[in-house]
Amino acid sequence: MIVDGSEGSLKQFLRTLPPVDQVGAEGRAAMLATRSIKTTSKNWAIDLAIRMVDLTTLEGADTPGKVRALCAKAVRPDPSDPTVPSVGAICVYNDMVKIARTELDNNGGQNIPVAAVSTAFPSGRASMEVKIRDTKDALENGAAEIDMVIDRGAFLSGRLGEVFDEIKAIKEVCGESAHLKVILETGELVTLDNVRKASYLAMLAGADFIKTSTGKVAPAATAPVVLVMLEAVRDYYKETGIRIGVKPAGGIRTTKDAMKQLVLVNETAGPEWLTPSLFRIGASALLNDLLMQRMKMRDGYYASPNYVTLD
Amino acid sequence: MNERQVSNFEYAPAPESTSIVNIKSEYGLFINGKFVAPKSGKRFATINPATEEVLSKVAYADLADVNLAVNAARSAFTKTWSKMPPAERGKYLFRIARILQERAREFAVLETLDNGKPIRESRDTDIPLAAAHFFYHAGWADKLSHAGMGTNPKPIGVAGQIIPWNFPLLMLAWKIAPALATGNTVVLKPAETTPLTALLFAEVCQQAGLPAGVVNIITGDGVTGSHLVNHPGIDKIAFTGSTGVGKAIARAIADTNKSATLELGGKAANIVFEDAAIDEAVEGIVNGIFFNQGHVCCAGSRLLVQENVQDEVIEKLKRRMSLIRIGNPLDKNTDLGAINSAAQLARIREISDSGDLEGAERWSPECELPKAGFWYPPTIFTGVSQSHRIARDEIFGPVLSVLTFRTPQEAIEKANNTPYGLSAGVWSDKGSRILWTAQRLRAGVIWTNTFNKFDATSPFGGYKESGWGREGGRHGLAGYLKAGN
Amino acid sequence: MRIDVKKTYKLFINGQFPRSESGRVYEVKDSKGKFLANPAQGSRKDLRECVVAARGAFSGWSSATAFNRGQILYRVAEIMEGRSEQFVAELVAQEAISASAAKLQVAKAIDTWVWYAGWTDKISSISGATNPVAGPYYNFTIPEALGVVAVFADGKPSLLNMVAGLAPVIASGNTAILIASEKYPLSAITLAEALATSDLPAGVVNILTGKAGELVSWVGAHMDIDGVDASGLGKKQLTELKVAGAENLKRIHSFNELNSPLRITSFMESKTVWHPIGV
Repeated sequence: MIVDGSEGSLKQFLRTLPPVDQVGAEGRAAMLATRSIKTTSKNWAIDLAIRMVDLTTLEGADTPGKVRALCAKAVRPDPSDPTVPSVGAICVYNDMVKIARTELDNNGGQNIPVAAVSTAFPSGRASMEVKIRDTKDALENGAAEIDMVIDRGAFLSGRLGEVFDEIKAIKEVCGESAHLKVILETGELVTLDNVRKASYLAMLAGADFIKTSTGKVAPAATAPVVLVMLEAVRDYYKETGIRIGVKPAGGIRTTKDAMKQLVLVNETAGPEWLTPSLFRIGASALLNDLLMQRMKMRDGYYASPNYVTLD
Repeated sequence: MNERQVSNFEYAPAPESTSIVNIKSEYGLFINGKFVAPKSGKRFATINPATEEVLSKVAYADLADVNLAVNAARSAFTKTWSKMPPAERGKYLFRIARILQERAREFAVLETLDNGKPIRESRDTDIPLAAAHFFYHAGWADKLSHAGMGTNPKPIGVAGQIIPWNFPLLMLAWKIAPALATGNTVVLKPAETTPLTALLFAEVCQQAGLPAGVVNIITGDGVTGSHLVNHPGIDKIAFTGSTGVGKAIARAIADTNKSATLELGGKAANIVFEDAAIDEAVEGIVNGIFFNQGHVCCAGSRLLVQENVQDEVIEKLKRRMSLIRIGNPLDKNTDLGAINSAAQLARIREISDSGDLEGAERWSPECELPKAGFWYPPTIFTGVSQSHRIARDEIFGPVLSVLTFRTPQEAIEKANNTPYGLSAGVWSDKGSRILWTAQRLRAGVIWTNTFNKFDATSPFGGYKESGWGREGGRHGLAGYLKAGN
Repeated sequence: MRIDVKKTYKLFINGQFPRSESGRVYEVKDSKGKFLANPAQGSRKDLRECVVAARGAFSGWSSATAFNRGQILYRVAEIMEGRSEQFVAELVAQEAISASAAKLQVAKAIDTWVWYAGWTDKISSISGATNPVAGPYYNFTIPEALGVVAVFADGKPSLLNMVAGLAPVIASGNTAILIASEKYPLSAITLAEALATSDLPAGVVNILTGKAGELVSWVGAHMDIDGVDASGLGKKQLTELKVAGAENLKRIHSFNELNSPLRITSFMESKTVWHPIGV
């Protein structure tokens, strides 16, 4: 990449990226949404989607009890059916990381990582010092994944070097022990051109994953946005040989939504990305819908919410 | 080099059920509001091109049948349709539009069975556009003083309409809707290989209570068509099909008072500039030539790519092409369906083979073609020059010829260097360049940063040997009206 | 002997049927002096709510495709056709006309509605243009919806006047507030029921019954109403409306013809765009 870390060369490079035609991108996403996933492929895809869920609770009202219950669900999403796989990760606020890690370890969830949101999530409005402290805190308490937010104010006002430097700094804090997801908050970036630029910026700065949203702003992980991000990781791999992961978060509530995401991955970045190490889905309500659909596929009749646990 | 996408995410078969259609074992001709047997008793088979199984036997209309149909149309015009208040005419068209919407799924499945196109396309494109075409024209029936043909334009009379096999129901809508809205009556001959949705449409006319004789549908072949063209009771011909036949029609009516609109062939240039949104342009290239198996008169069959982005575009194009799913047209995940007939497949092969012979480089993704039926893989030829047959002749199949250009002026010259002039595509992020290019292209429909978009309000038709007149929009009414005050 | 269940006539605001916030109703008698109904008497606050609803619905309605608007308007006509008998009964009772005259009016009203439904995707073909400016520019004029339009429709034939006022306004993407005829208000609410069951988004049409005269000055002065069809107003009220409306330069028009594309274009704006042509 012809970027030497200076803001000038970064801006130059981002300017050379081909533009995105919004109507065309939306058309492509809409066409992929017509794919019909049935029978054996649906079974396979549902289980894959479950394994990709970053089961999330990010509420001001979160309590240790709530987080513990979530962890139990993460390990055994359906207590009545041991064939249901565990989820991809647990995603919580910083001060819940230790509780989550302990609960998971005590319940057979040693392989499920804890992802922490940090860097003054969701707004990103704090000093660099605070953001670094925030990240270190999470890591010290057992987080293996960090979901950071970019400074959208800096991005939109053209201070791209600042955005770059922040990501680089947080990645340094993560080191090799934790993978870094960079949240672009695409709802605030608005245009697909910005999504493309921000994706590249994050990848160049050291992101292991690029993530659409905090889930606190709508619109979040719309299909055209995810499409553009998948194109970015596809092209980045071609140029560097490095595969970066993608995580849509927010607004993915039903099995149908999840299927559409998997199709997008399959026909954009490619089947190599159809694995939890390269694709995650940030969600909470989605898991129960996946379970109900799984029941329907297994039993042949429609399920009811009474038969899946609240948490 | 063939690339193969290795995928664990195999989409299991997702077939659309055919239980919704009820194909009769044989059909008559729809004349004067009823289905009647052909005078000669002759019938011919129509098959499913994906499987070669016979779907039904339809009637063969000879001169006597054509006579009957034209007389029925004339009688309906004189006694009923021309006397009817325009608003009431419009209401029949609204009814037809609504019934098409109600029976949309049935029509989509039938179209796919008879034509071979993917169910996704007939469901999401053909049928909705057809219904919308009737809906749009229904509203014109009582507003003709605003059509730009004077304050009191008049219908021409009886129209003879001949349509092709590539968009059977949609082409029927493009012909019948404006003709009826403007007060004419019609005799329509669907294509030999795709008569079924036209015959089902006749049922819709009955359900809508359309007065007998306003619409007549006669199945047959090219001979039937020429009887219709030559019939003295026809005032106007509307033809969509090959340029060769179009010219024959023009000659045939030369010493008559008949008018004609012709929508003929094309060899459209799809121009990709260096500053295009590349991913979307690649989608547009694919859509431009592989939509409907390339059986599209306005297909973007010549890719004109700016030389300095050629490698990037072709590489992304090949990758994208290897995602094209070819197979059972009734499967909801199929992207590329069957070639409509053995004859068309032979034509595609013959012209494409000339590409190999003339030195162009052929590439197709690896794909498994079904054993029965007529199939051709999505194909591109690179290293093509203007003199190659595959750059000049309309192939009417999923075959793209790739040429390059260095400057915008060169792109224009190459794009226009053809006797055809139906359509063109332009891909650039720069507005003024888009408009500059559009201004210089000699084509009737120019898609910029998109392709193969159709709308009832948007006039469609070609320059030069791509035909006469326009269909759709206010401009499309002119072909069916005599100016008057 | 069966006692029938009589209809309550309330206002139509944002897709719902509330009573007037003022709690007022007024008595409507039939042509023979017999009690017919107590329709709501709309107040200035009800009007205010109508404007909020109409403004809220404007963005969605004006950016819907013309095809979509045409489909919805045609659907309204389908529903009206189904309710013909109810319309006929109300007109006979209010306007002192025969059943056959009422049937004729209802048929004409439905056909007028269909006429305007068919204009949605044609109006820009006749009132838009590409302009051949003397320079290397692509120049086009495109008509756009105005905004929130109030419609005063009064006098007999009451249903027909209402339809001819309302349909053209919303065909182009405007949202509307119909102030029904004071003397013949019932058809307005039955029309509202047709609108409410026909996929028309909430807030696109809002209907107030009551003393129309009371509302003239409030409509005129409301700074978030962009246009007014004043066909149903007398000369004095029209002047009052125009004086008040001058404050935000409301587009105020009255019409004689029931069927005319002018009723559509008068409540549209023209936007002309230039773009250079150059490589």
